Amino acid sequence: MKRRKLDLAQVPANIGKGVDDRFQAATPLRGLLNKVFPDHWSFLLGEIALFSFVVLLLSGVFLTLFFDPSMREVAYDGPYTALRGTEMSAAYASSLHLSFEVRGGLFMRQMHHWAALLFMASIVIHMARVFFTGAFRKPREANWTIGVILFLLGFFAGFTGYSLPDDGLSGTGLRIASAIMLSIPVIGTWLSAAVFGGEYPGELIIGRFYIAHVLLIPGGLLALIAAHLGIVFKQKHTQWPGPMRTNDNVVGERMFPRYALKQGGFFMAVFGTIALMAGLFQINPIWLFGPYRAAEVSSASQPDWYVMFMDGLVRLMPAWQIDIPIGDGYVIPPLFWPAVVGLGALFTLPMLYPSMEARRLKDHKSHHILQRPRDAPERTGVGAMAFTFFMVATISGANDVIADKFHISLNAMTWAGRIGLILLPPLAYYISVRICLGLQQHDREVLAHGVETGIIRRLPNGKFEEVHQPLGPVDDHGHPLPLDYAGWVVPKKMNRLGALAPAVKGFFFPVEKPVEAPVSPAVPPVSGPGTREEITSGR
Amino acid sequence: MTVTHGGSHGTSTGTEPVDVNDPKLSRFDIVREGARRDDIEIVTYESQFDGQNSKAEKRIVRNIALLFLVSGLFALAFVVAFIVWPWRAELGRSMGDYFTPVLGITLGLSLFLLGIAILAWAKKLLPHEVSIQDRHNQPSSDDDRLITGQTMVYMVDELGVQRRPLLKGAIALGLAPLGVAAAAPLIGGLIENPHKGDEPMMYHTGFDPVSNNGQLVRLTRQDGSPVRPDDVSVGGQITVFPGIPHGATNEHADSPTLLVHLRADDAERTRSAAEGDEVNKGGMWGNYVAYSKICTHAGCPASLYEQQTNRLLCPCHQSQFLITDNARPIFGPASRRLPMLPLEVDEEGFFVARSDFREAVGPDFWERP
Repeated sequence: MKRRKLDLAQVPANIGKGVDDRFQAATPLRGLLNKVFPDHWSFLLGEIALFSFVVLLLSGVFLTLFFDPSMREVAYDGPYTALRGTEMSAAYASSLHLSFEVRGGLFMRQMHHWAALLFMASIVIHMARVFFTGAFRKPREANWTIGVILFLLGFFAGFTGYSLPDDGLSGTGLRIASAIMLSIPVIGTWLSAAVFGGEYPGELIIGRFYIAHVLLIPGGLLALIAAHLGIVFKQKHTQWPGPMRTNDNVVGERMFPRYALKQGGFFMAVFGTIALMAGLFQINPIWLFGPYRAAEVSSASQPDWYVMFMDGLVRLMPAWQIDIPIGDGYVIPPLFWPAVVGLGALFTLPMLYPSMEARRLKDHKSHHILQRPRDAPERTGVGAMAFTFFMVATISGANDVIADKFHISLNAMTWAGRIGLILLPPLAYYISVRICLGLQQHDREVLAHGVETGIIRRLPNGKFEEVHQPLGPVDDHGHPLPLDYAGWVVPKKMNRLGALAPAVKGFFFPVEKPVEAPVSPAVPPVSGPGTREEITSGR
Repeated sequence: MTVTHGGSHGTSTGTEPVDVNDPKLSRFDIVREGARRDDIEIVTYESQFDGQNSKAEKRIVRNIALLFLVSGLFALAFVVAFIVWPWRAELGRSMGDYFTPVLGITLGLSLFLLGIAILAWAKKLLPHEVSIQDRHNQPSSDDDRLITGQTMVYMVDELGVQRRPLLKGAIALGLAPLGVAAAAPLIGGLIENPHKGDEPMMYHTGFDPVSNNGQLVRLTRQDGSPVRPDDVSVGGQITVFPGIPHGATNEHADSPTLLVHLRADDAERTRSAAEGDEVNKGGMWGNYVAYSKICTHAGCPASLYEQQTNRLLCPCHQSQFLITDNARPIFGPASRRLPMLPLEVDEEGFFVARSDFREAVGPDFWERP
């Protein structure tokens, strides 16, 4: 039998045929390769969270190879002399071992911690982007809810991870967590006893937190992140308004090659940034805190930043204890309100917001075009209110540090927080609504009269007036015809229209070179409401 | 031509379908036809450069190549540093102190520059593109909704639960216990009765004579040595633990206590306040008083003692307790005073606890009387 000569050029085609014979991949793959994504920098915030999560998984697996989730008491005999001979849990000893005696262990630990902080930060900023642009509206309410749950899971992932090293700080955090469980009416003591396996701290909690931290919570996160991305993929991403863009299309780039390549580059840049932070900025130096002892705590005991708002709320809560004089008497401790009710409300209210807004506006249509924050002043005001509340609570979570550094009375800081928590959010609502209305007004003025040129003209009758550059056609008298607002950026400066020379940028650039009007396929300049006819009629 | 969007398949791009087997077609023509079949119109697709091999393009290609190479260099530096850099922690300043920063800089820059190189490739070299894809966000057709709905109702109908009420009851009665059975091991295994036993966890500390064979428990330091009255100077305070095995460990996390030696005038005020209180009556010994160190708010050690004002401050949430008035909370979120440990001195001259704390120690909870 004659052996057929192998034609190398045909190999990829043959493999392709073989795969398609078996999996019928060609048709769906074509759709995948062609899928169009709208592009804007603000759509990349969620990606940072995704990429941080990948870094968390990678570095976390490394850490599990060395960590011993046991509360067995051991005497430390490692190279860190300050703690040599100290009794401590095996969990803490193995964390020290990981930091001092594993090559690159400290680097990986810090990478894990920084990635976690970045994960939570990018989730919050991504949520803010989605909120302020109205991207949560129908049909995306479910994905918004999943996002809120992801934040909640991230919160618990962070807290359990923070507790694992069993150092002085994390033990204090655990103690407060047990107190929060105890504060729940009726079931408090039973809940705490169930979680800790008896009296606090017991000998089980690190092992239980460990399995929650490395299996249960990451499993939930993975499943929900997959659902989150799957829904984005199915529903297609929202887009900003602009020429050609309608509620029924997606204008952007096909996924391959350019869009996917950009994502890959962005992942590497995020990964690199985390690695730089992990190497250069110390985080959670557990060896300084010593092993956890119930009798010891240092001042300036702050949790990670995303827990600080809760700590702040707990600090600001007045000592209002509710006594229920039935039988021997029952108590609802003041801790219950900020830590259990407050935390619950902070997670349920955002989940309910999409339906609340839809009901109020009687808006049950699907929206795929984003709104600028100024075009929904009330929503922006509510967001500013929530953000202010969060900020006052977070700052109050460090009020002892602020009091110490700025020589302010601690009690004054607490009172300022209490008053600020009530007064500042409504103020933020009012101010941001007024700013939104002002910005809207200015947009309309520019569309009606043109851009302010800064050129002042004196009329024969002695009157001074500013010359305006119309953005569109003018009538017979030279007055601009009013333009409709298209929901997108209105150019407000002459150099946005390509008129003026740029400021001197640097030695190597010619001063005279005129700036180009910003043109990019993702953000085309606005030229009135774009219609499909205009774009395609020229071909 | 005018085009209505969201219209039927095939016409929305405004181009006629082409035969992809036509040998005259370029590869891009085939790609464009593929996009058309996915209801995508490639509106613009243009190179960023004038013609092939323009000077600008060459410059950018050189820069990107440089980025890749430098990224590789840093990666190499990372591996070399990982292997040869002295990394063990030593006493005093040493090269080992810089191991982690060196790893961070080399790996970080390597990854970051690689990212920049890829981004530059995508943004500077690849053609700019604007494509429009139909969103296909119409709901399913009315027919399909009807069919699916009817199918589901049909499935329920076929089971006949509606017509067979006996089954309905039997399912509820049969499955509910099974559901409980599934949850029972998990919940049952975790449940611990917090109020059971001779030493109920909420009302018992290491100072209870029960855990010391009925003998009064000494106040000891962290190392287990007992405390004499002379050991605490006037105005001073120390943390004491129950003098039982493991008394100073986290096994007895509720037991740490603050023993304060008050100045005479403060002691007088403290005593008169304590004597006026039913629970704390007679709890002091001379000018000494002992309070639980575990904050009644969230359980942190309330350990910052302000000698001048006789306040105890909890560093976690800034609750403040007034020692001279039965450790009553005077600021912050704590609503309950710190329990007092009744003191005595035994025949050998060491402090002992006359009994356990007379109030529940630690964070507040629902069923505290």
